[in-house]
Amino acid sequence: MAEEGSSVKLLGLWPSPYVNRVQISLKLKSIDYEFIEEPFGPKSDLLLKSNPAHKKIPVFFHNQRAISESLIIVQYIDEQWSSGHSILPSNPLDRANARFWAAYADDEWFPALKNILMASEEERLVLEVKMKEGLAFLEETFVKSSEGKAFFGGDDISFLDIAFGSFLGWLKAVEKLTGVSFLDESSVPHLVVWADNFLSHEAVNGIIPEPDALVEVAKMIKAMVESQAKN
Amino acid sequence: MEGKSSVKLLGAFQSPFSNRVQIALNLKSVDYEYLEQTFDSKSELLLKSNPVHKKIPVMIHDDKPICESLIIIQYIDEQWTSGPTILPTEAYDRALARFWAAYLDDKLFPCLFEYCITEPEEEKPTKFERVREGLALLEEAFMKTSKGKTFFGGENIGLLDISFGSFLGLLKTGEKMMNVKILEESTTPNLVAWADCFLSHQAVKGVVPETDVLVELAKKLKPMEKSHPKN
Repeated sequence: MAEEGSSVKLLGLWPSPYVNRVQISLKLKSIDYEFIEEPFGPKSDLLLKSNPAHKKIPVFFHNQRAISESLIIVQYIDEQWSSGHSILPSNPLDRANARFWAAYADDEWFPALKNILMASEEERLVLEVKMKEGLAFLEETFVKSSEGKAFFGGDDISFLDIAFGSFLGWLKAVEKLTGVSFLDESSVPHLVVWADNFLSHEAVNGIIPEPDALVEVAKMIKAMVESQAKN
Repeated sequence: MEGKSSVKLLGAFQSPFSNRVQIALNLKSVDYEYLEQTFDSKSELLLKSNPVHKKIPVMIHDDKPICESLIIIQYIDEQWTSGPTILPTEAYDRALARFWAAYLDDKLFPCLFEYCITEPEEEKPTKFERVREGLALLEEAFMKTSKGKTFFGGENIGLLDISFGSFLGLLKTGEKMMNVKILEESTTPNLVAWADCFLSHQAVKGVVPETDVLVELAKKLKPMEKSHPKN
């Protein structure tokens, strides 16, 4: 059952994959919420007050209590609204594996992707290798965990689909900006099919931004960083 | 109760991450085979069970490896459901415990480590200030989550107690070697009281190494590595 709009809020920014994760989870659970757009540039008072430890979006509000860190928010949503679609797998080992690979995507893989845009030619090659290696791990994980079905979670999307799938917009943007194909049929055939299935899932459609839009954001960020470096 | 051989722990006595898992297993009265890994060379079993990070701790249950200390603890809590619970029961309390445990690993402990290894004396006060700020947040978190009881988890030790408490050995080592007080009555009175209670808990005794032992080890390892093995 959907909560009343006012008790559930999400503070975020549309290009953030971490925010997208929470949006997807809320949609999966059919939870109504108010989206509060955090301005680009100086951080809002609301952000600084509700997440003093990290000062980062997303921040999720439920009954006036604030929760931060996207994967923690997703687990909260799954545990708080326990009827309907389950996001975490039910088996402890599957849960551990899902958490492990989600943490890997956050701690190792996505930082490589983010850094590629500002990297020198030499650094870029190292990062590309790291990204491809990560995708190879994830391809293998997919084959094991999907058991022949469409998603990491099997028949329907689950924690690891959301954790990794939220990065697909940026992955495609980086492919456009670098001309390098990461999600490619010959090396990660299962992930290629999975990516299409994930992006067209009804809970995901319209949430992950189009790569072209993210390319513009990347150019804007790069310009800002470069002009700050000059000053 | 599980047979001894079905649970193995690849660990290192001086590693707080490894200590975390031992404490969790002790709490649940799970028998396990402990395999001490040496500092300088990685065993075949370690490389095979954690090919992604090649780090301890790794817990192997019925031949299935689980890696990353906080993920292992949650697995232990979910797999062995009789006995004391490690994660809180309420979704919001669970989110808080996970949040602060992640904060420790991602922010506070790296800050602490950086402070300890910073060479020019004049840079130390700034680094120390960051550690102090982090500890102030944990002091506040303690007051919120303990609800007037002895531990972060309330009456019993929980995820956040284990996550933070496992580092008390290193923290006291830093205090001794640099002749400073990091946890202090005047700034973090609740944490000071909590630390004593934690270290004398029956599931913790004998796990977190004595300060003198760690001081000797630290002297042997000087100059310390710049990168702290995080998991």
